[in-house]
Amino acid sequence: MNAKDAAPAEIDWVCAKCELPLEPGKVNVGYLGSVFPVDLLSCPRCGQVFVPENLAVGKMLEVEKLLEDK
Amino acid sequence: MEQEELGRLEARCIQEQPPACAAACPVHVDARGMAAAIAKGDFASAARIYRKTVPFPGIISRICDRPCQAICRRGEVGAAVSIRDLEKACLDWAGDLKEGDVVLPKKDRRIAVVGAGLSGLTAAFDLARKGYSVEVFEKEARPGGSLFRFPAGQLPEEVIEADLKALEKVGVIIRTNVTVGENILLNRICEEFDAVYLATGEPPSGGFAPPFLKEGRGDLAVDEQGQVVIDPVTLATTKSKVFAGGSIRRARERPSPIESMADGRRAAVSIDRALQNVSLTAARAGEGSYQTRLFTSTEGVEPAPAVPMAGETLGYSMQEAVLEAKRCIQCQCLECVKVCEYLNSFGSYPKKYIRQIYNNLAIVMGHRHANKLINSCSLCGLCREVCPEDLHMGLVCKKAREVMVSQGRMPPSAHDFPIRDMIFSNSETCALARLQPGTDTSRRLFFPGCQLSASAPEHVRKTYGLLCQKLSGGVGLMLRCCGAPAEWSGRTELFSSSLRDIRALWEEMEKPEIILACSTCYEIFKTHLPEAGIVSLWEVLDNLGLPEAPPHAAEPSRTLAVHDACSTRHEKKVHESVRNILRRTGFEIEELPLSREKTECCGYGGLMFFANPDLARNLISRRIQQSESDYLAYCAMCRDYLASGGKRTLHLLDLVLGAPIDEAAQQRGPGYTLRRENRVRLKNTLLKDLWRETPAGKETFEMIRLNISNELRELLEQRQILDSDIQQVVDFAERSGVRLHNRRTGRFLAHHKPVAVTYWVEYTPSEGEFIIHNAYSHRMEISEEINS
Repeated sequence: MNAKDAAPAEIDWVCAKCELPLEPGKVNVGYLGSVFPVDLLSCPRCGQVFVPENLAVGKMLEVEKLLEDK
Repeated sequence: MEQEELGRLEARCIQEQPPACAAACPVHVDARGMAAAIAKGDFASAARIYRKTVPFPGIISRICDRPCQAICRRGEVGAAVSIRDLEKACLDWAGDLKEGDVVLPKKDRRIAVVGAGLSGLTAAFDLARKGYSVEVFEKEARPGGSLFRFPAGQLPEEVIEADLKALEKVGVIIRTNVTVGENILLNRICEEFDAVYLATGEPPSGGFAPPFLKEGRGDLAVDEQGQVVIDPVTLATTKSKVFAGGSIRRARERPSPIESMADGRRAAVSIDRALQNVSLTAARAGEGSYQTRLFTSTEGVEPAPAVPMAGETLGYSMQEAVLEAKRCIQCQCLECVKVCEYLNSFGSYPKKYIRQIYNNLAIVMGHRHANKLINSCSLCGLCREVCPEDLHMGLVCKKAREVMVSQGRMPPSAHDFPIRDMIFSNSETCALARLQPGTDTSRRLFFPGCQLSASAPEHVRKTYGLLCQKLSGGVGLMLRCCGAPAEWSGRTELFSSSLRDIRALWEEMEKPEIILACSTCYEIFKTHLPEAGIVSLWEVLDNLGLPEAPPHAAEPSRTLAVHDACSTRHEKKVHESVRNILRRTGFEIEELPLSREKTECCGYGGLMFFANPDLARNLISRRIQQSESDYLAYCAMCRDYLASGGKRTLHLLDLVLGAPIDEAAQQRGPGYTLRRENRVRLKNTLLKDLWRETPAGKETFEMIRLNISNELRELLEQRQILDSDIQQVVDFAERSGVRLHNRRTGRFLAHHKPVAVTYWVEYTPSEGEFIIHNAYSHRMEISEEINS
């Protein structure tokens, strides 16, 4: 899972609350007791995270299924 | 599942039982495997299969008395496969296999065999290969015994000599011109050797008896007819270390070369066991000829006569052999796999599946490969109906699900959506239990089920009206879910608590008879609420003689193929009532190839559609191809699922209530959001109209108006995202201000996690409503702490 190869359109998102562009960073993502640091864009001030659609229905779903069968 | 239960279940799947021919063969030649190889033109593999079981293949392939022939299932459709001729053909056309027989390291035990006929030589060969020193005593000048009595055209001497060379290769010593009992005494042999096999051919008769019977026999007992007493299982005689078999124990029977060979093999097993000091009798049921448990249907097998031989004396040519081998129907059972898309889709059969499921439950750490196998079954029980041994894979899968839930190992995504749907149906928003308006008792209670309420709320409303009008004594109404999703998903606690609620409500209404419109509810109530009197809506309507006149008199006479609900499999009365009602509506009835007790599930049963949507779609597509006619279902989910595959399908209530036929048949079922809304609206309208009560108000988020394109709606349906999920995200975002903004498109993107799933919604606020551009979800949790 990686936000670095995000589609160009993704850089258009800004935090509506803080009016700041999102910045890449490590965010902990967990499921069924397993936790992984994932590169995601988030607001540098309030911490609001952005999970793009392709990540949610792609890699994330794959990992969810994998962990469910663990 | 305990190890013992596993073994018991596995044993009931007979797919791995040998075909009839191999079971009837006393040495169990794998004729099916051999025929399969020949059919592919692979004579070398066929010869290897044959030679693996038969020590003297050239001889036996010419003189075998063929117990396989009479039992070959091909015999029922054409003629039995000429297995012996195929045996000969595979030797003729295999070429030089260049394979020696494997011999185990030499042991220091000596065995004597008396008689160099087929039986004695087989025992000698088998024992020599096990590493024993074997000496054969033969009264004639050469080994072979009665083999030389066959006509040379059938069994040439060169073939005998060539096959017997195998004995030299494994180190068997043959002493010819030695008559035991004359040149050497049996008692002497017994002193010198560790074990003896007597295989002297013909049984004693008419004054003839093997010479060794004339010497002081000691403890070698004979019966009243002078026959040596031989144990049929171990071939042991009463004399210690001495075994006997072959034609010697076949008085008054025709000599059987293959039985003689089998005796030699059986004696070798006994002698080996005796010398190793292990049980002679344990686990010997598989030796010799027996009847297989394998069931093989010859239905649909095209009749085909035996392939004739151009050169009768030479045997089959290669081409002829291939054609003959292709006539072998490759006996196997697979009765369940043939009719069940689920069992078929995992590429194997129940015996293997049961083992996989057992292993899956036993895994402590590691990947559980069989989760999907366990969760994909519709639990419908068709497998048991067609299984010769009544094996029910649905019960195995359901038990496995219960174990998984109790161990906390059920994948959350498998059944979460339908379980939430069930909880919603039983929430105050949808659930209702009332006596008939204006009465204080109700003899009966109508329970339409949550899916009929979701699919066709108008039908529920009209049917309830009809029942109140036609039945005396009052008819109450209960709207809720019977708990089937909890039961199917293995959530026993949730199911019990749902059942407790239903029981309490029913008792409060003074235990009225329950009229059930849904086949699944019927099955659940019958099994789990046996104290309640239940009746299916179809029996009630049938008894009332409804509909009184064909509601579609103007329609030309048309045929409807009845799709029975799998949960009514054993409810003959329901099947009959459905057909009686259908006749009264003026339609012709067509019976599908799989109907009544052998009906198929629509894909909803066991929550298959949620655990494995691709499989459910394949199943639907297979089912709807079974007839050109429009289908008739009497379960709301069956109706909607069959219609989802593009099949024109009516619900029986469409006919009873006189709905416009074409429109009803073509209509796709409502999506998930609409299904929920239908239930809520049904409750609220009935409350208002019949009981003059004010329905509860809506939640704030439910006031949010969404604008969703049809294209997006389809995607949301696939992603199992409800309008209420989207409303909650928008509500949260608008109130908290936590959302992202796209500088280029001006759209907002917000996320919210009401319970276990995080939903993301891309939207634009517009004049009192919200235009929804996209929505998606995930179950992984993001560690996010938003600082205000």
